Amino acid sequence: MSEEAEFDTQGVVKKFLFLNRKAPYGTIYALEILESVLIAAAFEQDISVAFVDDGVFQIKKGQDTKEVGMKNFSPTYRALAGYDIEKLYVERESMEARGLKEDDFLVKVQVIGRDELASLIDAQDVVITG
Amino acid sequence: MKFALLVNEGPFTHQASDSAYRFAKAALDKGHQVMRVFFYYDGVNNANKLSSPQADDRNLVKLWSELATKNKIDLVVCVAAGLRRGIKPDVLAEGFRISGLGQLIEAGIAADRLVTFGD
Repeated sequence: MSEEAEFDTQGVVKKFLFLNRKAPYGTIYALEILESVLIAAAFEQDISVAFVDDGVFQIKKGQDTKEVGMKNFSPTYRALAGYDIEKLYVERESMEARGLKEDDFLVKVQVIGRDELASLIDAQDVVITG
Repeated sequence: MKFALLVNEGPFTHQASDSAYRFAKAALDKGHQVMRVFFYYDGVNNANKLSSPQADDRNLVKLWSELATKNKIDLVVCVAAGLRRGIKPDVLAEGFRISGLGQLIEAGIAADRLVTFGD
C-alpha cells in the first residue's frame, strides 16, 4: 500500500465539468461517470454536467433495459437536483444529429451550441470525461 | 506545478496508461510535482500484479509501482470500479492503494491541473 497523500482542500470551491460522451449501455462509462458526479456533489463544488455525442442518449426518457440484462440507471439522473446539481447541458448539434428534441429528456437541461460548449469547457478548473 | 492524473483505461488495449506514465515521468524530471494518480474505469487494471506481459515488452504495472515507490506518488485505485473488475487487495501491486472516488475529486480540488488520460 502506498502512503496516502493529505491535501488541504478546506474552503476551496472549483468549477468541475463532467463531460458525458458515451451511450448509456454497451460500455460502463456512463454509469461510472455518474457515480463520480454524485461523489463530487458531496464536496460542495461548482458542478456542471454536459451531455455530448452519444452521451445525449443517457438522459432519454423511457429507457427499458430488460431485454439486454443491464441495470437501468437512468432514474438516478433525476436525483441530481436533490444534490444541488442543476447545471445540466446538452450540446445542440449532438441532440439534433440523433433526432432528439429538448422534451425527449428526463431531466431539465439547457441546450447549448458547440461554440457555447467550448466556452463552458474553457471556463472550468477541472474537466472529467467519460 | 502540482499535477494530478486520471487514468481511464487499462494497459495495452489503449495508450492512455503509457501516455500517463510518460507524462508523469517527464513532469517529475522537469521538477514538477505529481501529487496523485487516480485509476478509474478499466484503468484499475493497471494495478493488477498478476499482469505478466512478455519479457521483451514493457510491464506497465511494474513501471507504475517503481515510479510511485521512487518518487512517493500516491497511486489510488477506485474501490467501486476495482470491485467490478476483481481488483482487490490480494492482487494489488506495490505502491497502489484502494480508496473511494472522493480521492479523485479531492485531487481535482488540490492540484493546479488534473490531466485525464483516456479514450
